[in-house]
Amino acid sequence: MKRRNFLVAAGASLLAGCSKIGETQWFDTLADTAESWHRGLHRALGGGRITMAPEYSRADISPFFRGNGNRTVDTPAYRAAEAENFANWRLSVSGLVDNPLDLSLSDIRALPQRTQITRHDCVEGWSAIGEWTGPQLSSILDLAGLQSEANFIVFRCADYFMRGQSEDSTRVDYYESCDLDDAAHPQTIIAHQLNGEPLPVLNGAPLRLRLERQLGYKHAKYLTGVEAVASLDDINGGHGGYWEDVAGYQWYAGI
Amino acid sequence: MSTRIWHWINAASVIILFMSGLNISNAHRRLYWGDWGFSPDQAWLVVPRFPGWATIPNYYSLSGARDWHIIFSLVLGFGLLTFLIAALINGHMFRNLFARAREWRLSSITEDIRQHLRLNFEHGDGKYNILQKIAYASVLFVMLPSMIFTGMVMSPGMEAAWPWMTDLFGGRQSARSIHFIMAWGLFGFFIVHIALVVLAGPVRQIRDMITGGKTP
Repeated sequence: MKRRNFLVAAGASLLAGCSKIGETQWFDTLADTAESWHRGLHRALGGGRITMAPEYSRADISPFFRGNGNRTVDTPAYRAAEAENFANWRLSVSGLVDNPLDLSLSDIRALPQRTQITRHDCVEGWSAIGEWTGPQLSSILDLAGLQSEANFIVFRCADYFMRGQSEDSTRVDYYESCDLDDAAHPQTIIAHQLNGEPLPVLNGAPLRLRLERQLGYKHAKYLTGVEAVASLDDINGGHGGYWEDVAGYQWYAGI
Repeated sequence: MSTRIWHWINAASVIILFMSGLNISNAHRRLYWGDWGFSPDQAWLVVPRFPGWATIPNYYSLSGARDWHIIFSLVLGFGLLTFLIAALINGHMFRNLFARAREWRLSSITEDIRQHLRLNFEHGDGKYNILQKIAYASVLFVMLPSMIFTGMVMSPGMEAAWPWMTDLFGGRQSARSIHFIMAWGLFGFFIVHIALVVLAGPVRQIRDMITGGKTP
């Protein structure tokens, strides 16, 4: 075999091998292990579970905040809500809590507010900086009273994607989740304002999650509910989020 | 011994990181300077799309490529750390890698360049010649560490732990640009490295890379 042929064959088998390995169960387990190692290292190197994402000054805000993924919600209910400026939008707080809540936007605005200028990093590679305002998720969870069995917070959304061919396509709702460290983090807020204005439809009106130590797809838009659960296994695809379920994205998106 | 083990582990991780990195690059093919950037008019470079034969996996999968990248970033980082500590302890770093004062003389560098151009790779005392020392030291102490640290800057969880590092590289998007430039710098080193191994007698070179080159 000529050396060049050997090199081409070796290269092709590396690629084919990697793609095959990438589809196996043990590789998934290895990737999950590496992911939690990273999470552990991030927390250890920062000297604890609460480390703060950088905050910027007003001068650093980017001229426009790009919207990605769903840029609106194409349902009659959402169109109607948009037409009335989301006056009747509700955020439910449910699951393993002592007092389930059904909050209106004015309830949310009446809570203590936090404003933070942070950078949004999309998994694809782009970044934008914006000023977000809203109550801390922890203050909402304190009102509801988290039960001791709760381990994760699941975020329910009004937007969805269609999967499959046109005849048998099914609606798959967007959702996300995080652990209690990130839920209790001071910068984890339910934002209703971007750059001092009501949240635009493009960026998740009227409510979106800000989970500042993780990538963009974790920051669920068009929020309708917050749910405390013991395990993520029985929620939708069981991987803790829409992109995690349909495309194998990492649940801990701090990398 | 530690040098040889590390060399092959490192070679495998650099190749996997590079090829999965090309797949990640395909997800957003523009590079920016500073903290943010998302549109074509803010970009300093539009990167070509890398074909499937050059990427891991061999089709477009951002999540799959990130899995490979995330696993082998740990192998690369801890591998380099272990190697540097071992090389410090066993004397490899001082004995072979650091150039002596006389080697820094212009005449000895030009002489070494002349010998390389004549494809004469026999050098007298010392394991490596001055050009090798410069190349290896820049890979070990500049290129690989900056790949690791710019990679850390791009990780939002890591950035919260060590926020000063982002400023060191001039912002997250600058770190992403430097990560990309350094990756191609390492690619250039890889090509020259392989070419010189081939020119210097590949069979003996590769045998020495496995056995340590000790003649009985």
